[in-house]
Amino acid sequence: MTTFMLSDTTAGKISAQLMHLRHQMGAPAIGMVLTLVVVCEERHQYDALRAASEAAREHPSRIIVVINREVDEHIRLDAELRIGESTPGEVVVLRLYGELTQHADSVVSPLLLPDTPVVVWWPGAAPDVPSKDSIGALAQRRITDARGLSDDGIRSLVIRAKGYARGDTDLAWARLTPWRSLLAAAFDQPVGKVRKGIVEASTGNPSAPLLAAWLSDRLGVPIKVGDSDGPGITAVRLQLGEGELAVVRTDARLATLSRPGQPNRNVALARRHTSELMAEELRRLDSDEIYEASVKRFARTYKG
Amino acid sequence: MTDPGAPVEEAVTAAAAIAGISTTEEVVAANPLRDPRDKRLPRVAGPCVMVLFGVTGDLAKRKLLPAIYDLGNRGLLPPGFSLVGFARRDWKDQDFAQLTHDAVKAHARTPFREEVWKQLLEGIHFVPGEFSDDGAFDALAMALAEIDQTRGTGGNYAFYLSVPPKFFPLVVEQLKRTGLADAPDGSWRRVVIEKPFGHNLQSAHELNEITTSAFPESSIFRIDHYLGKETVQNIMALRFANNLYEPIWNRSFVDHVQITMAEDIGIGGRAGYYDGIGAARDVIQNHLLQLLALVAMEDPTSFEAQALRREKEKVLKAVRLPSNLGLNTARGQYSAGWQGGEKVVGYLQEDGISHESTTETYAAIKLEIANRRWAGVPFYLRTGKRLGRRVTEVAVVFQRAPHLPFSKDDTEILGQNALVVRVQPDEGITVRFGSKVPGTAMEVRDVSMDFAYGESFLESSPEAYERLLLDVMIGDPPLFPHQREVELSWKILDPIEDFWATQGQPEPYESGSWGPPSADAMMARDGRVWRRL
Repeated sequence: MTTFMLSDTTAGKISAQLMHLRHQMGAPAIGMVLTLVVVCEERHQYDALRAASEAAREHPSRIIVVINREVDEHIRLDAELRIGESTPGEVVVLRLYGELTQHADSVVSPLLLPDTPVVVWWPGAAPDVPSKDSIGALAQRRITDARGLSDDGIRSLVIRAKGYARGDTDLAWARLTPWRSLLAAAFDQPVGKVRKGIVEASTGNPSAPLLAAWLSDRLGVPIKVGDSDGPGITAVRLQLGEGELAVVRTDARLATLSRPGQPNRNVALARRHTSELMAEELRRLDSDEIYEASVKRFARTYKG
Repeated sequence: MTDPGAPVEEAVTAAAAIAGISTTEEVVAANPLRDPRDKRLPRVAGPCVMVLFGVTGDLAKRKLLPAIYDLGNRGLLPPGFSLVGFARRDWKDQDFAQLTHDAVKAHARTPFREEVWKQLLEGIHFVPGEFSDDGAFDALAMALAEIDQTRGTGGNYAFYLSVPPKFFPLVVEQLKRTGLADAPDGSWRRVVIEKPFGHNLQSAHELNEITTSAFPESSIFRIDHYLGKETVQNIMALRFANNLYEPIWNRSFVDHVQITMAEDIGIGGRAGYYDGIGAARDVIQNHLLQLLALVAMEDPTSFEAQALRREKEKVLKAVRLPSNLGLNTARGQYSAGWQGGEKVVGYLQEDGISHESTTETYAAIKLEIANRRWAGVPFYLRTGKRLGRRVTEVAVVFQRAPHLPFSKDDTEILGQNALVVRVQPDEGITVRFGSKVPGTAMEVRDVSMDFAYGESFLESSPEAYERLLLDVMIGDPPLFPHQREVELSWKILDPIEDFWATQGQPEPYESGSWGPPSADAMMARDGRVWRRL
């Protein structure tokens, strides 16, 4: 891993330095498939960068981390460049001071890889309308994370639905994929009419209402959200004509699927790391219409 | 022998194929939770049991069991999935579980997770017995019925015959006798068989009669693991998703095509299987001719099994052998030598090989394809053991530029443009073209432009067997060769084998070299050379 620090610099100098470092290592920039811009606070930087780098093992990318520092300091741009054998791409950590924090796009835009997709990820707080944000506007895909806002997660989904644009998505939705996949697999065998249902999860978990919204959107029946001790989502129970189809997971790892007339079965259903969620997000860069339908449905029914 | 391509039979198999999938695909279509736009949801197999014959074999330990675990780890195995092992061992369930556990730990691609293992472990069963033992198969049938009760697998069984072909008749007969081959309404029974699919047209046909006596063609899945490889599937993406290559993918621009599968190892412990079979039957008949079909075929109307197989069959039917087989084929047998820094013995000195064996360990053949696209473009296929290194690739070599406005000296070292699909081990695509050497002179030299899978989509590309096992459980056949393709391939190879049988001892080549001199001479006669790999 080669690390290079640049203080009080410009995007042009960063670009030149990146090219210089690459030539020095004898490895030209090949195979990078996208630019991932991570906009976060200093305290989230380590975890976010780690997850992004791991996701980059599946999707080699140039990762640009944008950290806005004190607004009332002198205008300054500090950059940290990392090119390593451990990651296939490049990492640029940008720290912006002073008035420059309002114009981060002017630094980011010259550093994007040409003619390849751009993805922006806000691990913590995100703009109300990501697609109208100056950095968000550069991207095809904008990833927010409702759970990144510890207590306000559920309410933030309403904002997401209002400000939705094609290409928006939320990690609270990606966290549901194994649940949705398991439920869909259960429905591959006919189950008959579903009357109503409930999703049980730890209080304030933003994924739970999304799952309920998706189920009620697809099944056309009311699905409630109930509280449990967690962790995360602990159960989905669907009331059938006779009996119940249920997926119950109490230890965050192994779930039990039960349905009328059939034996209970255990299925691995582990909670996933952020890096796995990001890898899933980066796998398909077209807009996620099912997420759109679900988050908008949730927003319509939300009574906060 | 009836013509396997008869249209009546095709109509029957098509109808049977549709009937076979109705249990899965119609239900999926009716599933309110599925939506084609919902691309996050993976294809998950329905509840089923995989019955594995030959669990103690190398393939099971190194590939199949790890692939099943990896599928589970990726969340692609259905709830209730059960794995039944059948072998001639005095084992209990837990012994088989231990074997699986060790195989998974040693060879799985994805990290070991306790909860995934727990899910798998609950469904692991073992039935001991011989293939000739009626009692053992009755026990198997009872075990499967019980699994249906306790695990909700709904009578859906896939039988994986990872056993030598001489046991096929026995196993198939037993499956028929116990009624395991007949699927009740609303469920499916599938059988998976591995190469070799016979050793010539006649035996391939007989083998097929045995399998089709119990299973309809739509329920037979012939595994050619090359077709499960990402790079091989990418040949279709490269050709049919891009506009860049198809216009030049024909006789107007292509000079010739080289398809190579080179191995650095010898025959290892496979003496019993390999002797009398040889390189051409082992590799060219299946892997290399399938690669040829994918490279040379016209665009299929869709990627459904029927459409894809039809195009492959068309091109295999158009393959023509050279009139003089003596000048346009080559075969060799490795002799003692040094391979990668190790001293190795020759083929005739290997354990279990007769000193007079005439089995070839290297085979090269020239084929032509008689259609408008390829007329006059030779396809050179070669494979061998104990060659310089392990590599499989398809190289499409283009004609030289019709006119070079440079002086002769400037382009002296300029070769032909080539597009190379590297199948393994370093998966990717290379384009070779001429470029100016920096400096004041106008000197042009070959350079490579590289696309490496490992760089653009690092890691976690699934193992070929993962994809193929999942396709078997879902009932998705495009990546499995049809019996007609198998028989067409034998029709291509049989005359060559017959000719070779009259030629006595193959030409020896030193281990670690790139094959016998006659293979180079065969290319030299056409004014070409093998790519140095």
